[in-house]
Amino acid sequence: MALFLSVKKIYKIMGDVNTFIQQVPLEYFIILSTVLFCLGVLGVLLRKNAIVILGCVELMLNSVNLLLAAFSAYKGDGNGQLLVFFIMVVAAAEVAVGLAIIAMMYRNTRSVDVSIFNKLRG
Amino acid sequence: MDQFLFFLVAFLAIASAVYFVFARNPLYAILSLIVTMFSIAGMYILLNAQFLGIVQIIVYAGAIMVLFLYILMMLNLNKEDESKKANLPKFIGIFSVCILFVGMLGAYKGLTGKTTAAESIDNSVGLTKNLGRLLFNEYVLPFELASILILAGIVGAVLIGKKDL
Amino acid sequence: MENLVYAIVLLPLAGFLINGLFGKNLPKVFVGGLATLVVFASFIITTSIFLGFKSDSAPVVVKAFEWFRVNGIQVNFGFQIDQLSLMMVMIITGIGSLIHLYSIGYMSHDKGFYKFFTYLNLFIFSMLLLVLGSNYLILFIGWEGVGLCSYLLIGFWYTNEDYGKAARKAFIMNRIGDLGLLIGIFAIAAQVNAIDYLSVAENSSKFALDSSAIIFITVSLFIGAVGKSAQIPLFTWLPDAMAGPTPVSALIHAATMVTAGVYLVVRSNFLFSLAPSTLNLILFIGIATSLVAAFIGLRQNDIKKVLAYSTVSQLGFMFIALGAGAYTTGMFHVMTHAFFKALLFLGAGSVIHAMSGEQDMRFMGGLRKKIPVTYWTFLIGTLAITGIPPLSGMVSKDEILTHIYAKSPLLWGLTLFSAALTAIYMFRLLFLTFFGEFRGTEEQKHHLHESPAVMTIPLIVLAILSVVGGFINLPHFIGHGHFQKLAHWLEPIYVYDIETPEIPFATEMILLAVTVIMVVVIFFAVKAIYVTKKKNALPEESYTGWEKLSARKLFIDEIYNAMIVRPFEEAGKAAAMFDKAVLDPIVNFIGLGAQDSGRAAKRLQNGNVENYVLIMSLAIGIVLIVNFLLK
Repeated sequence: MALFLSVKKIYKIMGDVNTFIQQVPLEYFIILSTVLFCLGVLGVLLRKNAIVILGCVELMLNSVNLLLAAFSAYKGDGNGQLLVFFIMVVAAAEVAVGLAIIAMMYRNTRSVDVSIFNKLRG
Repeated sequence: MDQFLFFLVAFLAIASAVYFVFARNPLYAILSLIVTMFSIAGMYILLNAQFLGIVQIIVYAGAIMVLFLYILMMLNLNKEDESKKANLPKFIGIFSVCILFVGMLGAYKGLTGKTTAAESIDNSVGLTKNLGRLLFNEYVLPFELASILILAGIVGAVLIGKKDL
Repeated sequence: MENLVYAIVLLPLAGFLINGLFGKNLPKVFVGGLATLVVFASFIITTSIFLGFKSDSAPVVVKAFEWFRVNGIQVNFGFQIDQLSLMMVMIITGIGSLIHLYSIGYMSHDKGFYKFFTYLNLFIFSMLLLVLGSNYLILFIGWEGVGLCSYLLIGFWYTNEDYGKAARKAFIMNRIGDLGLLIGIFAIAAQVNAIDYLSVAENSSKFALDSSAIIFITVSLFIGAVGKSAQIPLFTWLPDAMAGPTPVSALIHAATMVTAGVYLVVRSNFLFSLAPSTLNLILFIGIATSLVAAFIGLRQNDIKKVLAYSTVSQLGFMFIALGAGAYTTGMFHVMTHAFFKALLFLGAGSVIHAMSGEQDMRFMGGLRKKIPVTYWTFLIGTLAITGIPPLSGMVSKDEILTHIYAKSPLLWGLTLFSAALTAIYMFRLLFLTFFGEFRGTEEQKHHLHESPAVMTIPLIVLAILSVVGGFINLPHFIGHGHFQKLAHWLEPIYVYDIETPEIPFATEMILLAVTVIMVVVIFFAVKAIYVTKKKNALPEESYTGWEKLSARKLFIDEIYNAMIVRPFEEAGKAAAMFDKAVLDPIVNFIGLGAQDSGRAAKRLQNGNVENYVLIMSLAIGIVLIVNFLLK
């Protein structure tokens, strides 16, 4: 019974996005998304572990997804959320291939440190 | 109430992202990334983007992060295998990120704190039914191409990962 | 008529092209014959036009094509047939064909046989352009062309460095004159808005008499004439031009090219008649030149150099005539001078040929029995130039003296003195070369022989012309102007009235008598010195006093060298040093700068992925901020 009530409450909450929109301005989402994005860039610049770098890329993608979904909800346009869907698809494929490459990297050099891969010097 | 929820979830997301970026142990980093994914899913729910929220949990937190963990554990890294970075690049990196942050914020200059009128917004956009209708009517071609993309990704990953070609 | 005019000009050009492109492989007879024939054909065509042309016919302008139009000035490429140009063309092609014939014999042993005839034909073509052009621009084209051919032919034996220097000297001095000519043409175009002769003649009346504009134009044109016709101060190239083969000296530096200046002045008579001051300038320069050159010629030892200075002096005479306003007389002297000077040069060439290449008169002597044809023709030439009646030289020179006497008796005296000097050096040349004992080596004596027929026939023809050439313009008192054929012929050329001097008959007779007696006296005096007393010419270094001044060419070359050539050379050296010390380091610095910056930029690409990402994010941040700021 409590479960049913909580689900109903949740459902009620879920259906009332209008109040949400009125209470939380769009700018908050923008700032949140920007912060997450910059954290992702920071991670790419600071970390040397290839897997963590890939994870930071995922973080950046997620921040963009969040922003797109926010705009879509605030403007009542469904195209934004569809784009998010496609971004997720691409991200999934990319992670698969990227991790396979990292596995190959490890197999050849016994390390996933990106600083040892500098053979493309000028 | 809604504001409080928003700040809660946002704080959770940022905190776990920060820990992910600065954690020494890669395993802890990945785990905190999972928390981040979940919090972003919560955000989606708050925005009534139900489909996206569920897909986020299933795909991101459930598949991609698990893949990360697989690879991480397969590599059998020590807790601290990562070499230290020199100081100068670190500072320049932080500095450039700050510049990036400021720049990006500057791009949003001119936005007022007002929200749009509530009546004109269709708040059932995020429902699966509506999204599905959009997906299969207007975006059916990208949808099919996305499936081919995933196929390519699978084939590529398998080929790259093989021990001997 | 048009086709004939094109044929006149294009035949020598065709000869030039054929001999130039294929002459190396053709037999010598063909090369020489073709070259001579094209010039002779031009002569025949010109004669046929001449016979059909009356003395009062209007000028015929044959327009080949419209060339360009600039700022309202329409310039056409065309030829103008009138009495003056016909006269010049006949002289050029007539004497030219004789000299071509002569060259077949003279240059027969030379390796560059076909090249010589190529250049000669090119020269004839350029000279024809010069005299036949219908506007100043075509004249200038021909002017430059003959300058070029002069350079090519003077330095024909190019392996000798001195000859090359002589050729360069000729070209550069010509160039200085050319600048004057160009400025004159520009000034004409600016003032009159046309550069073809007929238009300029029509509009020339808008110039006030002796106004600064017309003086500027005429002085500029005269500077061009000074360069080309070797007047003071641009005459030192002509004696040095004797480095070329003798036919070249005969054709270019006696009969045709050097008369281009005179032609220019006569052609522009409508301009010069309006500027009496310029005419006075021409007169004085003419007198000065004829005196200076005759003086230098008195003690020269090279047979060709004497003739060269004689040419300069005679050109001075022509300019004296022009300066006195007697254009017809000037042209008359051009014609007679062409006859006897070409004759003298070809004769000298014959002597040199007989003497196996010896040109110094000190080693000649007594040749008159050995090479009789040469001697007799040379004698006729000498008598013509000194002014023995009734040869052509006397008639034209007497006419000059008459006109100058009408202007001023003092100037007449100077001109007469110059004529006296002419007689002195010419007779000296004659006696040293042909009379007395032979002073050369045994081997030369052995080889003395008369020249072949190809060389003697032109000599004979020119000798005949030198004798009878004067009869086309006999003085007024003979036949009461009935025999003044040339003056009548050239009358339509002159736009403004030419004043004919009125001299009482008695005065004219006295002047004539004075001249003739003077020449005869000089003849016997010089003969006495060089034949009877057997005095020989000395080497040039051992003269003293006034003879030294004469033999050392009045040190004019040395003066020019010190005043003009050395400063230029020093300036050139200074510029070279500046270039090496200042400009080279600047340019090298730029090159080194490029190298260093490249090396620095190379360090960006170190293969470090983190580095790349860092720079990328930095750049994006900066772009965003700049964008933000610019908003």
